[in-house]
Amino acid sequence: MAVNSRRLWELIRKEFRQMFRDPRSARMIFLSPIVQLLLFGYAVNTDVRNAKTLVVDYDATATSRELVQTFAASGYFQIVGYGHRPADLARALDRGDVVLGLEIPRGFAADIAAGRPAQVQVLVDGTSSNTATVAQGYATQIIGQFRRADGRTGGQTGGRADAIDLRARAWYNPNLVSRVYNVPGVIGTIVMLMGLLLTALAIVREREIGTLEQLMVSPLSPAELILGKCLPVVAVCFIDLMMITVVAMLWFHIPLIGSFGLLLFASTFYILSGLGLGLLISTVSNTQQEAFMSMFFFFLPAIILSGFMYPVENMPIVVQYATLANPIRHYLVIVRGIFLKGAGLEVLAPQIAVLAFMGVTVLWIAASRLRKTTA
Amino acid sequence: MTRLLAIARKEVIQLRRDPRSLVMGFVVPAFLTLMFGYVMNFDVKHLPLGVIDQDRTMTSRDLVSAYASSGYFVVTERLERTEDVEPMLQRGTVRMVLVIPPGFAAGHDRQLQILVDGGDANTAAIAMNYANAITAAWAGRTTHDARRTVTVVPQTRVWYNEELKSSNMVVPGLIAVIMMIIAAMLTALTVAREWERGTMEQLAATPVHPVEVIIGKLVPYFVIGLFDVAVAIFIGLTVFKVPFRGNPVILLGTTSLFLLGALGLGIFISAAIKNQLLATQVAMLATYLPSLLLSGLMFDIASMPRALAAITTIVPARYFIVVLRGVFLKGVGPAVLWPQALGMLLFAVIGLSLAVRAFRKEIG
Repeated sequence: MAVNSRRLWELIRKEFRQMFRDPRSARMIFLSPIVQLLLFGYAVNTDVRNAKTLVVDYDATATSRELVQTFAASGYFQIVGYGHRPADLARALDRGDVVLGLEIPRGFAADIAAGRPAQVQVLVDGTSSNTATVAQGYATQIIGQFRRADGRTGGQTGGRADAIDLRARAWYNPNLVSRVYNVPGVIGTIVMLMGLLLTALAIVREREIGTLEQLMVSPLSPAELILGKCLPVVAVCFIDLMMITVVAMLWFHIPLIGSFGLLLFASTFYILSGLGLGLLISTVSNTQQEAFMSMFFFFLPAIILSGFMYPVENMPIVVQYATLANPIRHYLVIVRGIFLKGAGLEVLAPQIAVLAFMGVTVLWIAASRLRKTTA
Repeated sequence: MTRLLAIARKEVIQLRRDPRSLVMGFVVPAFLTLMFGYVMNFDVKHLPLGVIDQDRTMTSRDLVSAYASSGYFVVTERLERTEDVEPMLQRGTVRMVLVIPPGFAAGHDRQLQILVDGGDANTAAIAMNYANAITAAWAGRTTHDARRTVTVVPQTRVWYNEELKSSNMVVPGLIAVIMMIIAAMLTALTVAREWERGTMEQLAATPVHPVEVIIGKLVPYFVIGLFDVAVAIFIGLTVFKVPFRGNPVILLGTTSLFLLGALGLGIFISAAIKNQLLATQVAMLATYLPSLLLSGLMFDIASMPRALAAITTIVPARYFIVVLRGVFLKGVGPAVLWPQALGMLLFAVIGLSLAVRAFRKEIG
């Protein structure tokens, strides 16, 4: 394990020059994180706001209009039209023009005035099950709170003492904006992607064009070779991480509640595991095409099974256990914990320990395999 | 016609010799359908719930059991003080906490508190809705005069996907995403492969017309694509029990249009780039991410910013997903789906003519 720092430094300089000389790889390093960040910040959105709503108001009284007004003012629903017959509603739902229909029967105002429980119909398009679930919940709440006999609306107390008052509060993300949860997760996917791409593809490319042999006949020791290949990638991963953090905070106003130092510390192990996996792929691939395909078949499932977009706890139990082997899953817990909850080392120690174990093991296996192929 | 068949036969032979393409064409689609179908799931079930019961009466225990028996929550922790909540939420051992104050049953303090881990905003919103509904139902059952405090009773009905199952939303739409990836990835390789191996010159020297080459190359992949759709539908109907309420003929027609467009796009990428590696990468970027994120499969286009929503109009999968859901869940026909069908026809025409043009330029 002889490491000559001057030789190592020269190799690192060469690697950096190679990385930034190719405009394609430079774009990948600096542009793709930003594009992904914007895409996930804006597109991956599960918030239900302004759900399109059609109103069929048979009652047509001041009271029924007040109910419609309450719907519109809530911000969750946007009244896009009024129908006159049940068929209007069916047509709008069939065509997907609206996701929710509100039908107020004749006699609605009269029932309320007489103190009888009035009824309204809510029709929901269930095809987008998630939007439907959330919108249905909001609609039920708005209607249930409309002109309550005890004079209570929302979370205000008063009126009858024995009426139950449920007060819900969301911690960490009080306005329930899904972006706050999704954007920090992008750090996890970008860093892994860079670790894989920059090691697997780069090494296989060098092997393809024959420059890897040149490096091997040079006086570089295997340890120097591996370090020289890895350190620049680690540096790029850290640069991307900081870039994403800054853009997330300034552009998307995502709060970073916890310690940035802890994030960097935990990221080191994560980056190592990404690097190790990339090296491993490079040892089993002969051509760049093969390396890309192998990466594709590892990276896609790893993202899907990480909890990045789809919650792990909703997956089948067997799959949930399988995700424990996925470094991205553990890292996302760390990133989100630090960003949203301000979680400290005492909370995140298990995840960090798992990542450290994974990083070191994978890197060790990859390095020993690589040494065998290079020796 | 014989020339066309000869090209198709040649393509099949080449395909048979390439194990990776075979796996891609026959195994990956079924695998993806199963994996995505199970994993893309937003249904909130068995959410770990912490309970702080400071009342400790029959009534409060009854309320807690109403939560537990709902199926949406599992009571995993019983806490003593509100100070214990924070570390629990931070670790994620509980995702929601229900606080019942002392004197709740006696009526001195009727204020229940719900604390939700809002990090995952979507799960949190759904959990809060369930908590509201459970509490209201429980109150209606136990306190006889509770009904009178509510003025309006909502009657909710859900259409098309009555149980609000995520798999009913995802599985039909998945067919579009998988088709897009497979079709574009498989064909992206074909022309680039000919260039890399130098067989393109041979092909150009033969009296075959570019259109014949394109169609000849398309036929085998078209058949594979239809086979994949059949497998995906079979899995959807049997494993995920997705209802099928529409007309199979409409499905077959629109699927064919979509496949032609996606295959044409793949050939275009492949002919324009001439390098297998780069062609795969571009095909991936042009198909996978947009059809997953910008197609309305999981994330509603209506809630995207305007600029992004405008971009989705050129994502072909967006139209196909509306058709798939329309045919599977809504059982609607041409009267509703014709704009989408038109969009897909346009996609097929553009995809194929791009492919022919790029190809003609190369041979010429």
